[in-house]
Amino acid sequence: MQPFEYASPTSRSEAVRLLSPRWGETEALAGGTDLLGLMKDYVCTPKRVVSLKRIADLRGIHLVPGKELRVGAMTTYRELTENESVRRHFPVLIQAIERIRSEQLRNMGSIGGGMLQRPRDWYFRLGYGLLPEKDGQAMIANGDNRYAAIFGNSGSASWVSPSTIAPALIALGARAALYGPRGLRVIDLDRLFTTPAQPGEREHTLRPNEILTEIIVPHREGIRSAVYEVRQKEASDYPLVLAAVTLELRGRSIRSARVILGQVAPVPWPSHEAESALVGKTLNEETAEAAGEAAVTHATPLSMNRYKVQLTRVAVKRAILEAA
Amino acid sequence: MASCKYSWPAANERHLIGKRISRIDGPAKSSGRAKYTLDINLPGMLFVRSLGSPYAHAKIASIDTSEAEKMPRVKGIQLMKRAGDEVQWAGDQVAAVAAETEEAAEDATRKIKVEYQELPFLVNEADLNHAKTAGRTRIATQEKVGDPDKAFADSDAVVHEGYYGIPVIVHCCLEPHGHVLQWTGPQNLRCYSSTQSVSTLPSVFAEAMNIPANNVEVISHYMGGGFGSKFSMDLWGSAGAQLAKQTGRPVKYLLQRAEEMEVAGCRPSGFARIRAAAQKDGTLTAWESDCWGTGGPSPSGVLPIPYVLTNIPNRVRNHTFVMTNIGPARAWRAPNHPQACLLTMSALDDLADKLKMDPLQFFMKNADLAPENLGKVYREELQKAAELAEWSKYWHPRGDKTPGHLKRGLGLSIHTWGGRGHVSNCQVTIEADGSVTCELGSQDLGTGTRTVIAIVAAETLGLPVDAVKVKIGDSRYPYDGSSGGSTTVGGVSPSTRRAAVDARDQLFAAVAPGLGVSAGQLEAVGGRIQVQGDASKSLTWKQACRKLGARKVQAVGKNPGECMLGSSGVGGAQIADVTVDTETGVVKINRMVAAQDCGLIIDMKTAESQVYGALIMGVGYSLFEEKVMDPLTGRMLNPNMEYYKFAGIGDVGELVVHMMTGPGYDERGVIGLGEPPVISPGAAISNAVANAIGVRVPSLPLTPERVLAALEQKGEMA
Ligand SMILES: Cc1cc2nc3c(=O)[nH]c(=O)nc-3n(C[C@H](O)[C@H](O)[C@H](O)COP(=O)(O)OP(=O)(O)OC[C@H]3O[C@@H](n4cnc5c(N)ncnc54)[C@H](O)[C@@H]3O)c2cc1C
Repeated sequence: MQPFEYASPTSRSEAVRLLSPRWGETEALAGGTDLLGLMKDYVCTPKRVVSLKRIADLRGIHLVPGKELRVGAMTTYRELTENESVRRHFPVLIQAIERIRSEQLRNMGSIGGGMLQRPRDWYFRLGYGLLPEKDGQAMIANGDNRYAAIFGNSGSASWVSPSTIAPALIALGARAALYGPRGLRVIDLDRLFTTPAQPGEREHTLRPNEILTEIIVPHREGIRSAVYEVRQKEASDYPLVLAAVTLELRGRSIRSARVILGQVAPVPWPSHEAESALVGKTLNEETAEAAGEAAVTHATPLSMNRYKVQLTRVAVKRAILEAA
Repeated sequence: MASCKYSWPAANERHLIGKRISRIDGPAKSSGRAKYTLDINLPGMLFVRSLGSPYAHAKIASIDTSEAEKMPRVKGIQLMKRAGDEVQWAGDQVAAVAAETEEAAEDATRKIKVEYQELPFLVNEADLNHAKTAGRTRIATQEKVGDPDKAFADSDAVVHEGYYGIPVIVHCCLEPHGHVLQWTGPQNLRCYSSTQSVSTLPSVFAEAMNIPANNVEVISHYMGGGFGSKFSMDLWGSAGAQLAKQTGRPVKYLLQRAEEMEVAGCRPSGFARIRAAAQKDGTLTAWESDCWGTGGPSPSGVLPIPYVLTNIPNRVRNHTFVMTNIGPARAWRAPNHPQACLLTMSALDDLADKLKMDPLQFFMKNADLAPENLGKVYREELQKAAELAEWSKYWHPRGDKTPGHLKRGLGLSIHTWGGRGHVSNCQVTIEADGSVTCELGSQDLGTGTRTVIAIVAAETLGLPVDAVKVKIGDSRYPYDGSSGGSTTVGGVSPSTRRAAVDARDQLFAAVAPGLGVSAGQLEAVGGRIQVQGDASKSLTWKQACRKLGARKVQAVGKNPGECMLGSSGVGGAQIADVTVDTETGVVKINRMVAAQDCGLIIDMKTAESQVYGALIMGVGYSLFEEKVMDPLTGRMLNPNMEYYKFAGIGDVGELVVHMMTGPGYDERGVIGLGEPPVISPGAAISNAVANAIGVRVPSLPLTPERVLAALEQKGEMA
């Protein structure tokens, strides 16, 4: 690990001042469960690490019933799962977090760090960058892509967005509050994620000298939601594919639906096809199956990950049935 | 047996042997007081990190360490390759740096400049034609018995033909490979080593360092697993000793996890096209296999197939070695057997299906094709395993007909292993204050060796287990064999028994006159030395030992030695019970059942524990493990415990272990156990999946991808 300067500011404005306007020079530190590994592997080699731990107003969970849930970016997964109002009003978040089957990660990992964790792609982690290429060829498409994207994968960045919580949050309509030198901006959470196309770009729209301060989740009664993850094993592992679904029903009829797929694209992937297949339909097994089928109509699997198309079909179907 | 000087006590006279006794080092281990090599920290110690090749196959043109030498806190650099050398796998170590901190050492390795000339590499051996085109194959001599062609052509023969495979995996020992090395004098080296071979390492270090062997001390008090990958000093041992010498400071050189997974050993792969034939009644008649696999850059062993049922009357076996750049082969718990077992038992299970026969009946019927009269053992073990797995309730012909996407299935497999005890020397000392010590230059890999030695000595001397102090893990103790091939328990138990009997007899001789009897009339039981059949004439252990006065009693027991206390050759049957989600291809283990023999069991608890561990490891390599190699760079893509997937406790299901004991088993004496139970899980689980979903998934690991592909090929994807 390269020597670095460690800063531990107590206010967000100080933190932002300590962060460089260029990627690569500084990194914000939350729980460190991802960043430290990246630094040990020389994938990230910041000259300065800016810890956010002492900034008091980045923590905390506030629910205004019928309006919104505000979660400070430095709130740990554990704090979320132990919060009674989150348990009562957002069971889908609890469901998603509890599937991160590692006590240590839930103790240390923060919700902000979860959104901003870096891709798990093995080429990226071995130091080939976010756009891994060899002799001008995309490494993922031509190499071992068993875990890679089946949507949005035409470029070199055809790894998958890692967070298993982001899809559920996006399905719930969450927004992200970002604080930078020019103050606060609030964006839809799905806009935090992007697919890098040029060297030097990252997979988040967060600017290098911005920090994520809060996740804001609208609270509406009567929304049904569920996450279905296809996991090969129980112990600390990422799912192969997941689907997060929110449904608004009138009787058994679906008024509106959001279907966000995880582990299938470089960003959390909204499946408009699945959503259209649901709206106006009666919620039953047949509808769920049709939505699963619709979700994969435009899938473009790579040489080794065709099975993920089938897993996506099933995840969507099962998430819908579970939400019902 | 009783007429011989040394024998094991009869069943009704065993107070400790065969009982469930907790390992004596359990508290030290669970409290952290036990110091493993990784825990050794010496004053002034430096940390070593190595630089590995990023290429799978390359020639080194030049190495320039000048910039690294100037890095802060760097104290020494050793080259592990020279210009002109070839690296044969990615990660192969080129140079090692010793520095004041781990970070400084690691940073400095990145300043070493190595120029490579890249050479063509091969990391995909499953594709045999590709390997042949690349000129990377060598054909082993064909082995043929009987007339297979005629047997296959027989009009009465039912013939099955199939393809099966099992990939390269790694050991990933909980404790990484390596040593802490300290020069205690200009010619004296102390090595704290994570090793399976305490007694043999000194001469290896001595030769490398050009010092007398008796100037080298190897210490391994506690050891975090080796599984066959930790017998030698290794490149990092010699480089580490050099660095310690060069810097005049002790060095700690333990491999990083990624490094360990890339360079410290691979289990060779095995792929085969197999034909097998039986008569309509299920009697096996013919076998033909074309097998290939890789053991790294040089040829490794020929897989022993057909496995267990080796005496199929007509058989022919071809084997092709594939030379690859995947990494170096090392013995992996039961070398060659898990591969041979998966290939054989899958093919035979498929044949049983073709015969429309219950595989339990099929294997019972053919069990006598196993060598060394193991047929009876297999029938008993299959029976026992079937009972525990509720075979008659849950087994069904191929393809669970239950509606829905969850399909349950049962599969079985049988295996064998030798396990004869190795060379062992145990010195037992009884002091006048009654304390008892056993000293052996053996090692406890985590298997329970220390505990087994204490039990044998305590049983022999009529004492409780905690009255015996066991000193192992130091090369200054009497020479003992390497812990490989499941030879340790069968080595140390007889040597300890012989030493303890001799020591006890010396003590008898010292106290007999006082009791007015001859030494031969005495026995040691319940913490007393007493006259046989007359407990009124007795001394407590302490009183008896006090009679030694200024003397102490000492005896060395050897293995091999007088009288039969151990033998070789075990069987074992396992049944897997799985549920497969046919929509996702995810396999879940409901239950693993193992019926295992290993002769006379010294400690039932640690014996069972070996089998539990083997089942867990077995589930891991059946469902998850695979050394994933990059077709573009030839590097290992998953040198970490995230993508190199292991079974966690939630993945292994219910584990049921039955140790075979009593008549037919106990009188064989002590036989090794570490390896055999890890052999069958691959085949048992693969057979269970086939039974559940009605189609064979040809290759391990049984990933969702492979299960779905097999279902799709069968045209039955849900
Ligand atoms: C074995 C394993 C299994 C895992 N399984 C899952 C899983 O199933 N699902 C899942 O979602 N995750 C999983 N994870 C990842 C885990 O969720 C993340 O490591 C964790 O959420 C990161 O949070 P952290 O607070 O430790 O972030 P850090 O490691 O501190 O930071 C991560 C990144 O985010 C940036 N960052 C963090 N907070 C902020 C902020 N407020 N503002 C600006 N930048 C910030 C950092 O600069 C860094 O780049 C797994 C990880 C491992 C090792």
